Order: sequence, then structure tokens, then C-alpha cells
Amino acid sequence: MLDAKIPSGPLDDKWTEYKGHCKLVNPANKRKLEVIIVGTGLAGASAAAALGELGYKVKAFCFQDSPRRAHSIAAQGGINAAKNYQNDGDSVFRLFYDTIKGGDYRAREANVHRLAEVSANIIDQCVAQGVPFAREYGGLLSNRSFGGTQVQRTFYAAGQTGQQLLIGAYQALERQIALGNVQMYARHEMLEIVKIDGKARGIIARNLVNGELERHFGHAVLLCTGGYGNVFYLSTNAMGSNTTAIWKAHRKGAAFANPCFTQIHPTCIPVSGDHQSKLTLMSESLRNDGRIWVPKKKDDQRKAIDIPEEERDYYLERRYPAFGNLVPRDVASRAAKERCDEGYGVGTSKQAVYLDFADAIVRYGKIEAGKEGKSNMSMEEIIVLGKEVVKEKYGNLFDMYEKITGENPYELPMRIYPAVHYTMGGLWVNYELQTTIPGLYTLGEANFSDHGANRLGASALMQGLADGYFVIPYTLGNSLADEIYNKAIETSHPAFEAAEKEVSDRINQLMNIKGKQTVESFHKRLGKIIWDKCGMARNKEGLQQAIQEIQALKKEFWSDVRIPGSINEMNPELDKANRVADFIELGELMCVDALNRNESCGGHFREEFQTEDGEALRDDANYMYVAAWESKSAHEWNLIKEPLVYDVVKPSQRSYK
Amino acid sequence: MEHYNMNLTVKVWRQKNSKDKGGFQSYPVKDISSEMSFLEMIDVLNEQLIRDGEDPIAFDHDCREGICGQCSMYINGKPHGAWKANTTCQLHMRAFKDGETVTIEPWRAGAFPVIKDLMVDRSAFDRIIQAGGYISVNTGNAVDGNALPINKDKADASFAAAMCIGCGACVAACKNSSAMLFLSAKVAHLALLPQGEPERKSRVLNMVAQMDKEGFGACTNTGACEATCPKEISISNIARLNQEYLVASLTADK
Repeated sequence: MLDAKIPSGPLDDKWTEYKGHCKLVNPANKRKLEVIIVGTGLAGASAAAALGELGYKVKAFCFQDSPRRAHSIAAQGGINAAKNYQNDGDSVFRLFYDTIKGGDYRAREANVHRLAEVSANIIDQCVAQGVPFAREYGGLLSNRSFGGTQVQRTFYAAGQTGQQLLIGAYQALERQIALGNVQMYARHEMLEIVKIDGKARGIIARNLVNGELERHFGHAVLLCTGGYGNVFYLSTNAMGSNTTAIWKAHRKGAAFANPCFTQIHPTCIPVSGDHQSKLTLMSESLRNDGRIWVPKKKDDQRKAIDIPEEERDYYLERRYPAFGNLVPRDVASRAAKERCDEGYGVGTSKQAVYLDFADAIVRYGKIEAGKEGKSNMSMEEIIVLGKEVVKEKYGNLFDMYEKITGENPYELPMRIYPAVHYTMGGLWVNYELQTTIPGLYTLGEANFSDHGANRLGASALMQGLADGYFVIPYTLGNSLADEIYNKAIETSHPAFEAAEKEVSDRINQLMNIKGKQTVESFHKRLGKIIWDKCGMARNKEGLQQAIQEIQALKKEFWSDVRIPGSINEMNPELDKANRVADFIELGELMCVDALNRNESCGGHFREEFQTEDGEALRDDANYMYVAAWESKSAHEWNLIKEPLVYDVVKPSQRSYK
Repeated sequence: MEHYNMNLTVKVWRQKNSKDKGGFQSYPVKDISSEMSFLEMIDVLNEQLIRDGEDPIAFDHDCREGICGQCSMYINGKPHGAWKANTTCQLHMRAFKDGETVTIEPWRAGAFPVIKDLMVDRSAFDRIIQAGGYISVNTGNAVDGNALPINKDKADASFAAAMCIGCGACVAACKNSSAMLFLSAKVAHLALLPQGEPERKSRVLNMVAQMDKEGFGACTNTGACEATCPKEISISNIARLNQEYLVASLTADK
């Protein structure tokens, strides 16, 4: 039985009540308590900074060469906050409600409400740190819209919001490093959790520069290691993003929740060939101004500009008039897939749709002409003005598109197609962000708690920073208050020794296979299985096949992988092999979870369960629960259900029409 | 776009570790599509090396979308290659012709020692930030975000400086291995905002002192840094830095 430890009382008061009554640790004791933080993206860097400020002894780890490189940096569009600066009816409740609805009623009410409550503090904190958000001429903060909402609550810094927020958190972290409160271990990768008397008490990390294994003690361990989208091989994640930390924790007893809930983002640059190593997102903010369409005629060979208006199908505006191009991501992705599967796709692969800015350029151009008081401007002049406006809003995204495709999106519509982007699933955590292993916490994308079956745009940055700056400083203290009598445990303790041996045995085993196939080739094959059978659409037969195929792939990997080089040196292929080995195991669990969930909800679309017009068909009577999986053996898991109770929101068929 | 395939010779710096002397090695690569990214071409070469039983080329990279700042190759004599305002990971193979020899080296600077092959240690940049590249505000103290209106032009200028990705191309391009563009971008980002005002003087003095300690060279205004910067950070930030430094040196409380 899982206890989510949700405070009692009305939803609005839960967090306030919790903060008012949780245990505190006095400053002198904080100095004696050690906290390990793995990962330095928004969640990890903000937690490390905030806990360092409080006086805990923090050790932070990242596999990159600097904490500033974590993949939060690539988030483009923005961060939501219930500020209602636009006077358009926003409130904490609306942000809470939109997130619950957007998640297709598979998220926990209490966690989401807390997220909405602290959202406004995040913006204030970031402004105070010097994050240069976009501003209006009056000097106040600017907002824009994002998918799945009807208010403007997204704060942004051009198309580089993640970068600016991460740099803010990174600088706060570097300040704590300078003050001696945080010790930073860059180019280190966590390869095992150390448990003593049932509690998480440390980690085994590999120094990626010299290959040495290191033991680190902590009174608590925080995993802030991001999502597992790279299980698909091709995704918008960074090349190094991986599941290893949370997977090791899972194998050591932490339940893994809703692993099949993955987000396929609708607007990415399409795959161009077999050589492709990663995919690039084009921010959802582009859907504010870009119109998505395909030709009305199947297999239309004409160029986009030669297809007249009446022969274009703006299928999102047609199917979802209320939200139009701003429907949530899962809905937009499936609609693109549906059109392409039916033969209306564009480009050489036919696996793409258009995202067109021609109308927006003219609209903005006319506004600018109006500002200049010129009513007799030619269309060419208007377009020049309009392009300037579009450039200011999305310039860096347009440049990126052109660099990758060689096409100019100011002149030709972009070609886009859905790609793996985010994983809503992750380690199960209670209200305090603690996993089923006492002392082990998970923050940010690595946990499962806030986005249900589909995340709304501009909510990932919000969650990462909420968890790190405003949640964990309270909830961690609540359990560390009981640890003040426990001195740091020497890393010569047998549990550390055993954990290190486990890691080194596994590395030795990998190195001794000396097979014929490269790590990359296995990763590609795994990705194809998951994309084809556990991707945008899933069905029972396909998932059963996928499980068989993944198990076979695992055997092949452990008997035929080739890893060059040696153990005691920098060896990126060995690092990759460690990660891919874990992805293979996770891939199996994703399929097991998808097979168990006999309904469609959010990003999880089971072909057997859909409405007549092809929308996701939920089964609230049987599946309104969090599926938390406990590892039993290599291929067996126990399913523990956490029922979702909706006290405030009434779940209904999601409609964006 | 017309696509084509090409065969290339890749002449690349190989160095086993920081103590090894290192040297160039040449490898042929075949059937590279003009649609590939530069790093995908290296991926192809590495897969080939692994199959042939050789050690693949170690190089830093992560996001592959031009924002994390981790990739760092000196390609045909230029940091991040020939394209303007670009990172190595966003360089695409249509920039090359069939039959070409492509020369790849690591960043060369005393303050960036080579770790292996094309990977260098840029932790000096983190230490410069530690010296003062932040605003000292603890979590939870902030006033409302709109309580402090900021002139849009200043906010935009601050953002333009804050776009620096910390890749180190400016240092690699500079004949003196100066870190002035990197440092000035951070000083300008924070000095242009009212939030940065209280620590304005100590910040610039401490950060410059740390830069000198790390062994970066002096700035002689050649402009190579600005020309190579993937985010087009303006050299005018260096002028601002000099001004900030001068004022701080003359007026700061000692």
C-alpha cells in the first residue's frame, strides 16, 4: 500500500498547513547534515542552491563538464505562473485546473495545486536573480499563450527561457560553491544507490575523467536527473540524458510510476535520414502564430506556396475550433500522425506537416504599418515589417530551423513532425517528493507527480524550479529533523563496499563481452522497437511483441556488445553502454505498463480504446490510478495502485472543441 | 535543398590523456550525406573506428541544438567551424565538398588543458562565475516580479549579453587566449539590471582577479572573439567591462 502523505484539509490550505506544521532543523544541526544531489538541471541546481543557502552540507553531481550544461538549458518557450498580470482571468485555481485537465485526470490534485500556488514565487525569485525575462515598453514583464490554456500566463526570454532560468539557478549554485556550502562534482555519473538499514545513505559515482569509482555518503539523496526520453534513441533530449540514476534506484526498491506516460511533442524538425542522432524541437510558442496545415489532396506534389488557400486543410482549426492550433501537445501530435498516416503528409518522407507563418507576418506587418500611420503601404512593405516582428519573437528558432534544414522559414512554411520530448512517468514520490525508499527523493522530470498523462507546455520549467526552490527545502527538513542524532557514516561501511563491488562487477562484465556490435547500434534498435510499438499509438498485440523483442535484445546486448578502451580511463563508450543497458530494461517496463493500462489517456493512446471521432477514451472506473511498479526480478514487477481521488475537479471527457 | 554524398579525409587531434603529447591522425570517411550534422559525421567515423578495433575519438557534446555550450571543436582553423554565429553541433555537412580534408583540433589555451582528444577542461569558467557572477539573493526573499519595472532596451541588452553559452570559443579564437568576452558578457548582463547594482563594483573586481589567476591572456582588441562567438556576443561588452572595472578600481571601498 502506498501512502502519498497528502495533508488533510481543504485543497487550498494543504500546503500552508504543511509548511506551518512540518518539522524544522536548527541552523547548527543543518551544518552536520549531508545531502547528495544528483543532476544539476533546474530541479537539481535550484535544490542545491536553496539547500546550500539553508546551511546543509551539499554535494552535487553532474555528468556534464559544468552544471550549466544540464538539458533544462534547451527548453525554449517559457514558464507558466499564475500571476494574472494580463487581467485575463488567471488564478491559482485556473492554473491548477488546466494542469489537471491537460494531464487527462491522471495527476495528483494536492501536488498540482501546490505547484500552481508556488508558481508566482518562482517568477519573483528568478527576477531577483537577474533572469532577463522579456518585457514590455513600460518595463513590466511580458506574457504569451501556450497550448491547452486560454489565458496568457507564460513568461519567457525569447526562445531561450530554459537557458536563462538555468543560468539563474546555476549562478545561485556557484555562489553556494564559492561560499563552501556546496561541493560540486562535474563529469561524475551516479551508478548505484547505497542503502543502509533500509534508508538511502549515499551513492557510488564514476569519475568520468579517470574511470575511478567513488563512494559518497549523504543523510539523504536527491535524484534530479531528468527524463528518460532517450529510451526512444531519437528524441529532443540531449545525447547524455539518461535513466541510469532512477533506474538503479528502482532496482534497489524505489517504485517506478506510470512509465508509459511519455510526451510526443507536435512541433519538431522531421527526421532526415538513418544517420540522425537526435531531434530538434521547434518551440510550442510557434503555435501562437503559426498555422498548421496539410494539402486537402492526398500525395499533393506541389510546393506549399503553389497550393491555394482553399486547397489547404488547417486540420487543428477544423477539428478543434475553440483551441485551434493551441490544443495540448498529445492532441496536436496525434492529429498530425492521423493526417500523415492517411497520406496527406508533406516533404520527401511524407512524415511531416506545415507550420506556416505567412498569415502572421502579414497580420503583424499591418499592425506595424498602422503604428507608423501608413495606410497605403504595399503588401511587400507590409511583409518586410511583419518579418521583423516575427524575427524578434522567434528569431533564434527560425535560425535554428534554417541551419538544420537549409530552408528559410520566413519564405517557406516549416515542415514539422512529432518527436519524443518529455516523460511524465518517473519514480513514484509522495507529497514530500520522497520515493518508496526512505531518504531518497526525486525532483523535476525524474518524478511522476504533477503532469498526469500529458504535460502542458511551459510547465516543466515551473515544476523543476518549484520542486527545487520551494518544495524540497520544507519537505526534506521534515525528515532530516529526525536525523540530527545520526553522524555521517564512514564510506568504509560494508554497504558501500558491496554497492561499489556491484558496480565494478557490472562494468567488468560489460568490458569482457568483447562482442561485435556497437552500443549505438543496440540503442538504435531499442529505439525503433519502442517508437513503433510503444510510441504515439499502442495496441495489445504490438506491446506483447515489443516485450519479447526487448528481452531478446537484452540477451544479445549482454553477449555481443563491443566496448573499446579500458576501465580506468575516460571511456565515453563505456558510459554509454551503462546507460543503454538500463534503457533496455526500462523499455520493457514501459511496455508492461502500457499493456496494463487498458484505456487511452493523454499521451498514452491505445488504439483499442478511442471514441468514434478518434479521441482518447479514458476508463475512469478501472484506471483512475497511478500505476507504481516494484521491481521483483529481471523481468517481473509488482503493480501497486495509488487511487487518484478528485475532491475538487470533476473529471470529464477532455474537450478542446 | 539538393542533397549530395561525399567522401572526406578527417585529420584529427588524438591525445590519450592530459599527460600525453598528442598528435594528428588521418582517417577516411565515406558516403557522408550533406544533410548530416558535423557531429553525426564524427559519429559515423567513431562507429567505424570501434568496428576496426580502434579507440573512438573523445569529444564533448550534449544538447546538439546549439545551446548547452558543451561542444568545442576547432574545425579547419576556426572554433565551431566556418559558419557564422554557429556551434559545432549545428554545423552541417553541406558546408563541405566531396574530397575535402577536414582538420579538427581541441580548443587551444593554457587555461583549458586537454583531457582527451578533443575534450578540454573549462572549469576555469565556473570558477570565474564563482568569483562573483551572480546576484546574492537567497531563495524566498523576492518581491513581486513587476515591483521593479526595467527599461525594455536595458532588459534587452542585458538579455543579449546573458545569451552567452560558456563554450569558450572566444578564448580559443583569441591569439592571447583571453577570456574577456566571456567575462564581460556576465558583467554586462548583471550590471545592466537594477538587481545587479549593489554588488556591481565588487563583482567586476573579483571576477577579473579570478580570470587573471586562471591564466587567461590579456585583451588586445583584435575582435576575433566577437567574430567567432556562436551567440554573437558583442565586443562592446568588453568596453563596458573596462569602464566598470575602471570605475570600480577608483571608487570601490577597500
